[in-house]
Amino acid sequence: MAAPASYPASAEPTAGFAFILKKAVISALVALVLFFLMIGIRTEAGSSGQLIYWTRFGELASIVGAVFVGSIVIELLRRWIGPVGGVELPASVRGGFAVLGRLLAPALLIFALLVPVIFYNQRYLLDLAILVMTYVMLGWGLNIVVGLAGLLDLGYVAFYAVGAYSYALLAQSGLPFPHFIDTYPYVALDFLQLGQWAFWVLLPVSGLLAALWGVILGFPVLRLRGDYLAIVTLAFGEIIRLVILNWQDLTGGPNGISGIPRPTVFGIPLTPGENGFAAMIGVPFSPTHRLVFLFYLILALALITNWVTIRLRRLPIGRAWEAMREDEVACRALGINITTTKLSAFAIGAMFGGFAGAFFATRQGFISPESFSFQESALVLAIVVLGGMGSQLGVALAAIAMIGGFELFRGLDQFRMLVFGGVMVLLMIWRPRGLIGHRAPTVFLQKRTEISASLVKEGHG
Amino acid sequence: MTTPAPILAIDGLTMRFGGILAINELSFTAQRRQITALIGPNGAGKTTVFNCITGFYRPSGGTMTLVHDDGATFRLDRLHDFRICKYAKVARTFQNIRLFPGMTALENLMVAQHNTLMRASGFSLLGLFGAPSFRAAERQAIDLAREWLQRIGLLDRADDAAGNLPYGDQRRLEIARAMCAQPALLCLDEPAAGLNANESAALSDLLLSIRDDIGTSILLIEHDMSVVMEISDHIVVLDHGVKIADGAPRAVRDNPKVVAAYLGADEEDAAAVMEGGA
Repeated sequence: MAAPASYPASAEPTAGFAFILKKAVISALVALVLFFLMIGIRTEAGSSGQLIYWTRFGELASIVGAVFVGSIVIELLRRWIGPVGGVELPASVRGGFAVLGRLLAPALLIFALLVPVIFYNQRYLLDLAILVMTYVMLGWGLNIVVGLAGLLDLGYVAFYAVGAYSYALLAQSGLPFPHFIDTYPYVALDFLQLGQWAFWVLLPVSGLLAALWGVILGFPVLRLRGDYLAIVTLAFGEIIRLVILNWQDLTGGPNGISGIPRPTVFGIPLTPGENGFAAMIGVPFSPTHRLVFLFYLILALALITNWVTIRLRRLPIGRAWEAMREDEVACRALGINITTTKLSAFAIGAMFGGFAGAFFATRQGFISPESFSFQESALVLAIVVLGGMGSQLGVALAAIAMIGGFELFRGLDQFRMLVFGGVMVLLMIWRPRGLIGHRAPTVFLQKRTEISASLVKEGHG
Repeated sequence: MTTPAPILAIDGLTMRFGGILAINELSFTAQRRQITALIGPNGAGKTTVFNCITGFYRPSGGTMTLVHDDGATFRLDRLHDFRICKYAKVARTFQNIRLFPGMTALENLMVAQHNTLMRASGFSLLGLFGAPSFRAAERQAIDLAREWLQRIGLLDRADDAAGNLPYGDQRRLEIARAMCAQPALLCLDEPAAGLNANESAALSDLLLSIRDDIGTSILLIEHDMSVVMEISDHIVVLDHGVKIADGAPRAVRDNPKVVAAYLGADEEDAAAVMEGGA
């Protein structure tokens, strides 16, 4: 650890200005080849369908020039800063960071609890906070599968969808599909008079159904690893979405389901009427009450996810997940049943996805297949990877940065994704294992020492 | 006390990979509370035998019978995969160390006690809410791990990542991890590979103490003849998947067929055999 601290800026005597220049020229040449067709020539279909094209060598030259200069700047910066990770901070600064790190999680929690108080009058920010918390919860749920068990799941949104549709279909009392009247399950549920309790009864049901689908996905992919696992989970996510899209009788197809019951404060509706929540506690009704309630609801759900994950990590099942990520063969030799270990990771991860889905449905009051595209899976996976696989705090920070960042750059319109991509690339250069890459041991004898990210495996399926 | 049945009896074990006959009609027994060594030139099929015993391969033919101290009998050729460790209590180490590098030494030993702890945690439900019975079981598991860390001299590195330990320590930690699964039979695949003379001697002491103090039977694959000759009670020699000798170390060492097999395979190994005997 001491060696890189004194890494001199001129460690490579041969790599002088000529080297930098050579590198820049190569980068510029690559850029020239890449952008020649993309930028250098512009084609369009003419009025009668003929090919019209014109050249834009000026723009091409400026891009290649920018790459050339940028390459030199980056190389100089690299010399100046030193190799990545080689900068050793003085002990006092590091101590300060450690204290900050320990305080960060409680500070975030207190801030989260106060969000509705601070932003009570800012509907937009409250909405955004609810959205961020939803993704924090999804990230924590996927973290069990990807971060702890090391199973690359590209179809996590499927469980989100199962949760949302389970709640929406079971809770609907409007019976929009008359030909189902005789057989449809919610007739029976209506008979149960769930009424205002619909959400609270159906929330666990949605989670369990999602967990069931987690197991159903888990079985065929037990033997798959790495890329193959990713492809099958990706396909699974698409299958669920396509079934929802095409099973018009049940799901309403692309039209989605509307009129999904809103959540109640344990049976008391958040409505302006006589028996509404506002009247009960004797304050004038405001639509913000519902937002505040939704925020605390998703915060509680997310914190339950977090608590369960932290507890499970310290139980044999959690250790088996991590051990499986590290070395599956060694696990088998120690008598660990890989089948049940994998399935339990899929099921528990999916269950939290299902809870989040039910919450999403009750928050929106309307769901359609559009909300459950592959993009959502990719976004949640990006949150987990960016946060640092297996790190609860990292995932929360990444969710805030990603979803918050999306909103922050809304003004940039179509360049939003460009900025976003650039930031991701930079982060992956400086922190290849995510914001918080190291791993905290689950049990210790003398001292809890953090384990460097370079030792922790990422799993191979 | 009546003479106890051998811990492991292998009869007519055959393993075929496509057209290749890796093991042909191998029969031998490993006695209870003894160290049985399986030796042979490279490619003789030693590791294949291990993979059959520990459930990684399903043998093409033959039987493998394991008998616990209490008389419980297991047919290893019918059990498979993790069940061999879980029910028949056979634990193993690997030729190329397979620790969990990103977990601490202590965590590695805790993972080995998975099945005990899993039952104690009520398959996670009791454990989730911190039931006292689970906490007691966990304390016991930590105590067992601590005892083993002490035994292999790694107590002060208990909280370091296994991947950060020196090579020799990793070898011993892997043996300790296998022992934390509380096996009836411990299978070690080249535990002395890459160790220096001092470390080899310490390893010999450790294995003898496992045999004498804990009473675990050991099956050992090893190329380091000084270790094999020093600690083995019984040696089985394999060549090209066939048993060519079987007996006490002294008898095996002087067996001309063994010397020939090593000479035919590799002169250095043959020299090692002769040296180990000298």
